[in-house]
Amino acid sequence: MTDQPQAAPAADKPTRIPPIVTLDAKFFWDGADQEQLLGEKCGDCGLFVFPPRPMCPQCFSLKRQHVPLSGRGVVRGWTIPRHPPPFGFKEAPIVAIVELEEGIRMVSNVVGIAPDAMEQDLPVEVTFEPTMKDHKVPVFRPRSK
Amino acid sequence: MARKFTDAAIAGIGQTEFSKASGRSELQLAAECAKAACDDAGISPHDIDGMITFTIDNSDEVNLARCLGVKDLAYTTRIPGGGAAAAATIYQAMGMVNAGLCNNVLIWRAMNERSQYRFGQNPQQQQMQYQSGNGTGSLLWCVPYGAMTPASWGALQAARYMHQYGVTNRDLGYISVQQRAYAANNPNAWFYQKPITLEDHQNSKWIQEPWLRLLDCCQESDGGVAVLVTSLERARDLKQPPVKIVGATQSIPYNVEVISNYYHEDLTEMPEAKGVAKRLWAMTGLKPSDMQMAALYDAFTPHVLLQLEAFGFCKPGEGKDFVKGGGMALDGELPVNTNGGLTGEAYIHGMNSMIEGVRQIRGTSYNQIKKKAVEHVLISSGMAGAVLEKA
Repeated sequence: MTDQPQAAPAADKPTRIPPIVTLDAKFFWDGADQEQLLGEKCGDCGLFVFPPRPMCPQCFSLKRQHVPLSGRGVVRGWTIPRHPPPFGFKEAPIVAIVELEEGIRMVSNVVGIAPDAMEQDLPVEVTFEPTMKDHKVPVFRPRSK
Repeated sequence: MARKFTDAAIAGIGQTEFSKASGRSELQLAAECAKAACDDAGISPHDIDGMITFTIDNSDEVNLARCLGVKDLAYTTRIPGGGAAAAATIYQAMGMVNAGLCNNVLIWRAMNERSQYRFGQNPQQQQMQYQSGNGTGSLLWCVPYGAMTPASWGALQAARYMHQYGVTNRDLGYISVQQRAYAANNPNAWFYQKPITLEDHQNSKWIQEPWLRLLDCCQESDGGVAVLVTSLERARDLKQPPVKIVGATQSIPYNVEVISNYYHEDLTEMPEAKGVAKRLWAMTGLKPSDMQMAALYDAFTPHVLLQLEAFGFCKPGEGKDFVKGGGMALDGELPVNTNGGLTGEAYIHGMNSMIEGVRQIRGTSYNQIKKKAVEHVLISSGMAGAVLEKA
């Protein structure tokens, strides 16, 4: 799923802070640890929701399906935090709102692109980056249109 | 007391000095501004029977009531949303008075948000406590990605809007310059006698590239602000000319949240402010052109444009031309944040701009609107709003 270089030897331990895991979103972060992007889909009406939640807002079902997402989307907004430098990043990250093909949006990073080359509606695909405490988070890199 | 519909009014406003290091506790700031609001109205703090603030205030209701010697408190609430709830305090105070449940409602917000802790810094602990009740349900989804400050969340919220309508950072500079001009003439403002130019704005460092520079961001401040709400009838007998709360409301449309607000349908608008506007105009029978001034929550400059558009002062995407053309100035179409706003005067979580609206109606602002009589003022904190009227 990813061809990102493996984390370099011991000296270069991940510095990104780990995700804050809640019970209703545990599946998402467990999936990310396995380099899988999982989404929440209603087991009755099929609606995708993000952020994950215990009840479907359309049909009120409590049946939740945790299904693999396409991992493909487009950038709907982005920013580069310059000051204060965000904790855990050696270089300022590109923070983005990514809208996935399934119609849900999430906040993530765009990696593998120069800030000058960033543009709205950039097509992206998922990859994963390590965090402290041996977790991983989904991030996105440019893909060809 | 008998339950009948009772018109509500703002009878008193109070504040401490606005600084970067108050040198005293937040509870003391709260007590001082509360006492000042009661003195302004001419009532005894002992007679307060309702107390309202919003989340992220650290002072305990009972501790503040103890300072003020409140004899018998009938109602307290703490509204979710942080600063987005600033104007919702007016809404709830109005409701309490309208319903005949309270006589003297104290609204307060006091903070050492510069000397004691800073919203603008990275979280102190790696695992910030994202407690419920702040109206920002999805912040935890931002933090592992380096979006750790209100400016980062706010920039991400504004990015699509600015992109869609071609709003440049230079366009935002006109808002900063105007508000600093107001602050420069307001002795209560931290930036008193310190106006800026558009070039100063453009030379200030990037906070969120390519959207927000330092001079697009509200200050970090220490201080307290309080408002005393009572019945219109009673307010007429008190010290100050009464300011009627003619309408107030809150709006949280589906999938909207405070600041980490990326999940609703159209990212080029502010649905919560549109919802507030719709209800407020319907409730009051008034329209944008009936307002002589607006106090708009300006944590970051793009949100001034989004609110101007949401309330119908200009069409979508035309906010930038409105401010560039001097629309916010004293002789403009709609003077906005004449205290200097949260960028120029101080950041007391929106409350300091709200009391500027009261001063404009009383005719006591340092930047008093003279071009026309101030009959109506709009107050907005994005997710809540109120219309004040000269009684």
